[in-house]
Amino acid sequence: MNPTVPNRSDAPSSRARVARSLTLAVALLTVAACAQSSGMDGMAPSGSLRPLTISAPTPDPRVGLGAGLFDAEEALWNMRVVSTTPPPEPFVGVTSSDLAFKDNYAIQGNYSGVQIWDISNPASPTTVITYVCPASQSDVSVYGDLMFVSGEGMTGRLDCSSEGVREAVSHERLRGIRIFDISDIRNPEYVANVQTCRGSHTHTVLEDPNDQQNVYIYVSGSSTVRPDAELAGCSDALPSEDPNSALFRIEVIRVPIANPAAAAIVSSPRIFNDLVAPPTHGLAPDDIAALEEARANGAFIVTIGGSERALPGRMIQPMLDSVMQARGASTPSAADSAAVRAGLEARFTPRDGAANLGPTQCHDITVYPAIGLAGGACEGYGLLLDISDPVNPRRVSEVADSNFSYWHSATFNNDGTKVLFTDEWGGGGAPKCRASDPVEWGANAIFTLDGRDMEFESYYKLPAPQTSLENCVAHNGSLIPVPGRDIMVQSWYQGGISIFDWTDATNPVEIAFQDRGPSDANRQGAGGSWSVYWYNGLIVSSEISRGLDIFELVPSEALSQNEIDAAKSVHWDHLNSQGQPKIEWPATFALARSFVDQLERSRAMTSGWVSEIRSDLDAAESASGGARRSALNDLAGRVSDDAGSSLDRDKVRMLADAIRGLAQ
Amino acid sequence: MDEPPDPSDAMSLSGKNQILLVLLATAVAGGCATGTGSSSGATSPDLDRLEALYRARTDSATLSVSEADVDFMAGMIHHHAQALVMSRHAEGAGASPAVRRLTARIINAQTDEIGLMQRWLRDRDRMVPEVAEDGTMPMMSGDHSMHMPGMLSMAQLSELAQAEGSEYDRLFLTYMIQHHNGAVTMVHELFATDGAAQDEFVFKLASDIQVDQRTEVARMQGMLDAMPSGSRR
Repeated sequence: MNPTVPNRSDAPSSRARVARSLTLAVALLTVAACAQSSGMDGMAPSGSLRPLTISAPTPDPRVGLGAGLFDAEEALWNMRVVSTTPPPEPFVGVTSSDLAFKDNYAIQGNYSGVQIWDISNPASPTTVITYVCPASQSDVSVYGDLMFVSGEGMTGRLDCSSEGVREAVSHERLRGIRIFDISDIRNPEYVANVQTCRGSHTHTVLEDPNDQQNVYIYVSGSSTVRPDAELAGCSDALPSEDPNSALFRIEVIRVPIANPAAAAIVSSPRIFNDLVAPPTHGLAPDDIAALEEARANGAFIVTIGGSERALPGRMIQPMLDSVMQARGASTPSAADSAAVRAGLEARFTPRDGAANLGPTQCHDITVYPAIGLAGGACEGYGLLLDISDPVNPRRVSEVADSNFSYWHSATFNNDGTKVLFTDEWGGGGAPKCRASDPVEWGANAIFTLDGRDMEFESYYKLPAPQTSLENCVAHNGSLIPVPGRDIMVQSWYQGGISIFDWTDATNPVEIAFQDRGPSDANRQGAGGSWSVYWYNGLIVSSEISRGLDIFELVPSEALSQNEIDAAKSVHWDHLNSQGQPKIEWPATFALARSFVDQLERSRAMTSGWVSEIRSDLDAAESASGGARRSALNDLAGRVSDDAGSSLDRDKVRMLADAIRGLAQ
Repeated sequence: MDEPPDPSDAMSLSGKNQILLVLLATAVAGGCATGTGSSSGATSPDLDRLEALYRARTDSATLSVSEADVDFMAGMIHHHAQALVMSRHAEGAGASPAVRRLTARIINAQTDEIGLMQRWLRDRDRMVPEVAEDGTMPMMSGDHSMHMPGMLSMAQLSELAQAEGSEYDRLFLTYMIQHHNGAVTMVHELFATDGAAQDEFVFKLASDIQVDQRTEVARMQGMLDAMPSGSRR
């Protein structure tokens, strides 16, 4: 048999061999690339910073991977498999969904319930409990001793049993949030639920820094409104017909921490009211080309809703003619043209009654309490919300994008200066990464935040084409806490996992990946990474059909061991990725060395200066007490003095601060 | 060496009437001891057994089928097919770049969804409506599919087929809003039917169709509002 295509009878060792041989091949390529890019001695910083570049493996090893459920071929680049663990038997053949983390536990949602893994030995995760309680999508979150689970589908039952709910109207049905007490994590106790009109497709836990007594949950439901007979007060009439309409709003649940059974909806903010955004965040490339061509041909250009449009001559000429005739002229003047323009722009302002009501709901909301903002991914819009009052989130700005089908989720960078939205085109069940699918569709869109305004910068889409057997589109991910850079790990369903640097918002660069072949060789099977998040040094992925995958980063020309070590120095006691924590780095030598590595990589520092700082850091590390402190303070002073003349002053100051931090 | 799939495995789960707490000491029996920490936590026989269980579960999921779900899937294939027919005209009709991008997206999305719905019906041994690439349905005669909500009449279809330029844009947007709203109505009708959408695939697909098409209706309404009113009749 072909040794690179393991079949089901292969022992795990041969599976591992395939993965290892691919890793090795990629590692060799990386080494070669590193060798190429060294030899820059004596290069002085001049001109501009060197953009991040990396030699990606060619041909891309993700293309042509062999299929299999538990034995697909796997390609890895700059990542290492720590473990791959199949789902527990009750959940085999049932969709696994999102992840949350608490202490050494990974909590994995599944359409049949919740799986809690102990990952204290990440090479061998063990089951703490397989809790059967069906609901789709079983989006999971934790806070303190509480666990929250979303239910949206028609089959979720109040009693957690698996027989479904056949009646279209039933008081047995659960659509909303289930609340569990997990103070004994081996025995979750179902303490309450909060039923909502549209169920809960996803939810977001908001920890209010000013309120220690309560935690808040923003509920996003994307399915239809339940009948009033099933849940009193639910209405899907337009708000103009029924002010209590469950459309065009989100739900906010307040959970009293001391008494979670008293959790209840406390507000249903209409964050979409008066939403008038331009139809695009800016023009797509083909629109710009068409506009420029029209301009070159002398077309009449007007600004409508913030975007320029070309109007056909046959439409403009009669208007110009009538304006000219009115003043008895035979050739148009600039004033005639301006008069026509003013009339046209008035004509293009939306008419009363034809107002677009905007989205009826959000798919997901990511809150970033440290900056008081949330990113809402809401049907055709990306929203920025002020969440300083958790019960009354207020929309502060919005963007739309004609290339985006369905805004799915949001991630801020740690500084809160950028936000990345994803487009779950096709709902996640369709193969949207084929070579024929446009790179702007089903991708990420990266925006910079200018105050409260979002400015479009670029798209990022999984760069490796996938087969039509593999459902693939942008999905869930999180930041990797590499200091001084914005790096994200993201799921692309059966497109695998992509890690990319978006420090330069205009030029996102992939720096690592993992991918498997299709889960089924003959048809589009279920599978792929639903969510992948960084948690305490590990990259943990929820595989829809294949269980739980854990990876580690491997250093490369685009990411040094120091940067990985600094990322691993960040420790959380829990993580809900949609409740984004502010990353803070403890003072470590790895932190300082990360900045040195970055200044070297971008050529913002001379190689001589880089060597000097490195050897001084080494010397300080081997010293102790007062000698170490004074060496570090001395070095910090010299680095600070250099900041003014550096190409990257901010980074040099971060380095000086990191060295000073070590001295304390 | 594969154990025969045991259908009772899947059934025993679904028969439980109370919270089922399953405590397992390890993920899979005794299978996590390679010690290298670099590969799967399960041995090959374990994985073969789990794969057999996977096949048995996914197969048994096709055995209990709601007629409402079958009717919805078959009907929605017809519905989507007409969207393809409507969208295919855009190129030849001289539609604007914005409308062409919209039609390209509709063709891409609905072609994929037709494939998913056909596969769902095929897996359940139900009649699978065939759709040609251009959206026509060679096996269909007459217009009995026109009764679904939002479907264009023959007269509307031929009106669209003859339109050009901005007139095509306006008609296309108007009729596709009607068409999409019809699909949303079909989803509402499905969810209001006893026994419907218990199948998670149907629930997800119907929910996605509902939300995608409603989002697209809002986008199309915005495009229509931005069109010069002079090109309206």
